[in-house]
Amino acid sequence: MSLPNITLISFGYFEKDLLENTADAVKNEFRCSVNIKEGHVDLSEFFDQSRRQYNGNSLLKLVDSMSFPDSLKTLGLFNVDLFIPILTFIFGQAFLGGRSGIASLYRFNNERYGMTGDNQFLLDRFKKEVIHELGHTFGLIHCHNQTCVMRSSTYVEDIDQKNLQLCSNCREEIGI
Amino acid sequence: MARKISILIVDDEESVRDSLYNWFLEDGFRVECAENARKALTILESDQFDIILADIKMPGMDGLEMLRRIKSLKSDAIVIVMTAFATVDTAVKALKDGAYDYVTKPFDPDDLTHLIRNATKQISLTDENETLKKKVVSLENVEDLIGESDAMKDMLREVESVAQTNSSVIITGESGTGKELVARAIHANSPRKFFPFVSVHCGALTESLLESELFGHEKGAFTGAMYNRKGRFEMADSGSIFLDEIATISTKMQVELLRVLESKTFMRVGGNKEISSDFRVICATNKDLKSMVENGNFREDLYYRLNVVNIQIPPLRDRKEDIPLLVGYFIKKYCISMNKPLATIDPTAMKRLQEFNFPGNIRELENMIERAIVVGDGKKISLKDLPLEKTIINSSAESLDDFEKAFVLQILNKYSWNISRTAKALKVDRVTLYHKIKKYDLKPSDQ
Repeated sequence: MSLPNITLISFGYFEKDLLENTADAVKNEFRCSVNIKEGHVDLSEFFDQSRRQYNGNSLLKLVDSMSFPDSLKTLGLFNVDLFIPILTFIFGQAFLGGRSGIASLYRFNNERYGMTGDNQFLLDRFKKEVIHELGHTFGLIHCHNQTCVMRSSTYVEDIDQKNLQLCSNCREEIGI
Repeated sequence: MARKISILIVDDEESVRDSLYNWFLEDGFRVECAENARKALTILESDQFDIILADIKMPGMDGLEMLRRIKSLKSDAIVIVMTAFATVDTAVKALKDGAYDYVTKPFDPDDLTHLIRNATKQISLTDENETLKKKVVSLENVEDLIGESDAMKDMLREVESVAQTNSSVIITGESGTGKELVARAIHANSPRKFFPFVSVHCGALTESLLESELFGHEKGAFTGAMYNRKGRFEMADSGSIFLDEIATISTKMQVELLRVLESKTFMRVGGNKEISSDFRVICATNKDLKSMVENGNFREDLYYRLNVVNIQIPPLRDRKEDIPLLVGYFIKKYCISMNKPLATIDPTAMKRLQEFNFPGNIRELENMIERAIVVGDGKKISLKDLPLEKTIINSSAESLDDFEKAFVLQILNKYSWNISRTAKALKVDRVTLYHKIKKYDLKPSDQ
């Protein structure tokens, strides 16, 4: 039986190492093959002048509309500040039990919070967010286990507290 | 396991509804959406939601009007109002109308998480509170009134129906029938059950002490009044006050009591501030209040004010079929409290108890069983453990022959049917004793 395929599609500039590292983490966690693709879209269409942020709902719909026949799940990767109308910002979002999601690197950089930049933190946070949103596409809801990657995180330090992996219950839930 | 919390989102903007819907779905809540207040109210008619998150500004009925309507239907509903245009006035208005919280759009993800977490905590505390209240009430009811007889069933039906009302009740019954238990049962089954049940034994207090006990006193009101003290009427606010032995109160107190019952206001002794209290009055007496009124010993107006409903507790001798049940209940109660293994009762002893008239009613039976458990062998209660011998003859004999039969049998049993010792105790000769045994057909098994 062939492994399910996950597509990570990047919009805007991303370092190659970061994308490959992230793809490896996803591959290890979901035991599937991962494709990295580049998306070419004019993001200014998704920019909201009044909030000076990018509309997460519209970007999610955009990713969902992109069809990759060999892919089970698709996750759009961004490097811009995302929002949804009701919240001041989001790190990412996904269709619960659907086939697509989005995640942004933008708010994971320490420098945004007045601290010294740290690439390892940046990478770890991004990988956790990507796995978290993919978990939602597999139908997982927020987990109450303190270290599970599916635990809800509303600020970066919160993300640092959890592991890169799903807990055993969440694994069992999706059969991996 | 905790139940799944449900959230209803009410907002005219589709993007807001969708965003919140997805957010809460990922958190594992049951979520539904309505695009306006009318639709939300229609949904709420057929479905219940723990949390309602509603926008204030909506076309047609606004969020505040919807909040008022929801609160009038379900006062404990948790409604959180949202608005894009924050003003202190609107926030205050929403909170005054019963909103749980007020948030300004857009909100920080962390604020939203905290808001919902707090509301969820509130819901689980309310659930837990309800569960505990149910447990407390059921325990109180189990403890309360024992009996399967028709007389008892009739009385319990009366208790049940009167409990739901706010009417004053007089409980009448002989001493020891359990008047306070009936009063407690009325309170425990009434809408006032979660508020105090305050009991006052009027007969045990002098007039001045009763006045201070009922109305409270201010510091310095009399010698020894070193502090302000709340009275029993004040303590019974929202609950019930039980006035036992109401027939013993003085004429002056009868006037005072009537005034308080009519106005539900009073002043503490030595005070000048009027205090109001919402209480229900339950009284008890073993006297015939009606004839006391006729004799001029009890005020007629107070009698009618108190005697809206009269519950009569039957004496134990009129419901002897309940005796085995009561005996079993008291054996269990005292064996547990004395940390002894559960004792049984000899059938002969039980038979004798059922023949006894119990002038002291259930209290007498209870004391008898307690004593039997203390003095007995701890395994089986037998006739010798029960203090029935001295009184049994008086209570059940209806003729001289009955009296003699019972008395001779009692002494025979006392001396284990030793004829010589029994005859000696009865101060008769053996032949006379044999004659009596034959006459009354007495046998050693007749205990």
